[in-house]
Amino acid sequence: MKLLPRLLAMAACVAFAATAGSAGPDDPLDLPHLRGNVVYVDFWASWCGPCRQSFPWMAELQHKYGPDGLVVVAVNVDHERHEADQFLREFSPDFRIVYDAQGVLAERYHLKGMPTSFLIDRDGKVQLEHVGFRQADREALTERVRTLLQNH
Amino acid sequence: MLNARMAAMVLLVASLASLQGCSTLGVKPWQRDLLARKDMALDANPVDGSIDDHIYFSKEAASGGKGFGGGGCGCN
Repeated sequence: MKLLPRLLAMAACVAFAATAGSAGPDDPLDLPHLRGNVVYVDFWASWCGPCRQSFPWMAELQHKYGPDGLVVVAVNVDHERHEADQFLREFSPDFRIVYDAQGVLAERYHLKGMPTSFLIDRDGKVQLEHVGFRQADREALTERVRTLLQNH
Repeated sequence: MLNARMAAMVLLVASLASLQGCSTLGVKPWQRDLLARKDMALDANPVDGSIDDHIYFSKEAASGGKGFGGGGCGCN
C-alpha cells in the first residue's frame, strides 16, 4: 500500500476515534438539550455490586444539586428489563433512567469497566470519566461536581 | 514472485498481527450479567478453593496464577 493513502486512512481512524462518544442527532441521552446543565452520566446494571453503593449517593447528589443545574442520567445495560426494574424498585431513584439493553451507548462510550460514570460540564464537554465506584470516591466526585456547577 | 525477502516480510506481518493475542476474546464489561451470577463465580466455594490452593502449593511448590479469570461481575 502506498504511503500517502495509508497515512490518510490512519488519520481517518484517529479522527473517528476522537469523535466517538460524542452525541449524534438521535441521542437517547438527550445531551444537546441538557446544555447549560452539569450532567452526571452513570452506566449501571442490576448485577453490579458497587451500583448498590452509587445509587443512594447519586440520589443524594441529584436532590442536593438539582436546583443548581445538576442532572443525573443513569444508563442501564441489563439485558433483562425486569431485573433492572427490580433494582429500581429497591432504590426508587428520582433521577432519569435510560435503557440501553443492546449496549449501543455502552459501546459508543467505550466503557472500560462497570460501573462507569462521565461528568459533563455545562458546555457539553466530558470532564471526567470514572470507572468503578468505592465509598472513598464519593468525596472527590462530589467535589468535581461542585466545581463544575460553579461555572456558569 | 515469492523469494526469501517476501517470505520474511509476510512472516513479520503475520507475527505482528498475532501480537494482539487474545485481547479481543471475552465479553465487554457491560455484558457480564451472566458471569456476575453467584453460580458463575470461579471461587463459588471458598473452602474447596482454599483446600485446592493448598494442595496445589504443596505439589507445585508455587502458588498463584489464579488471577481474575472469567467469573465475577468485573466491577471495580
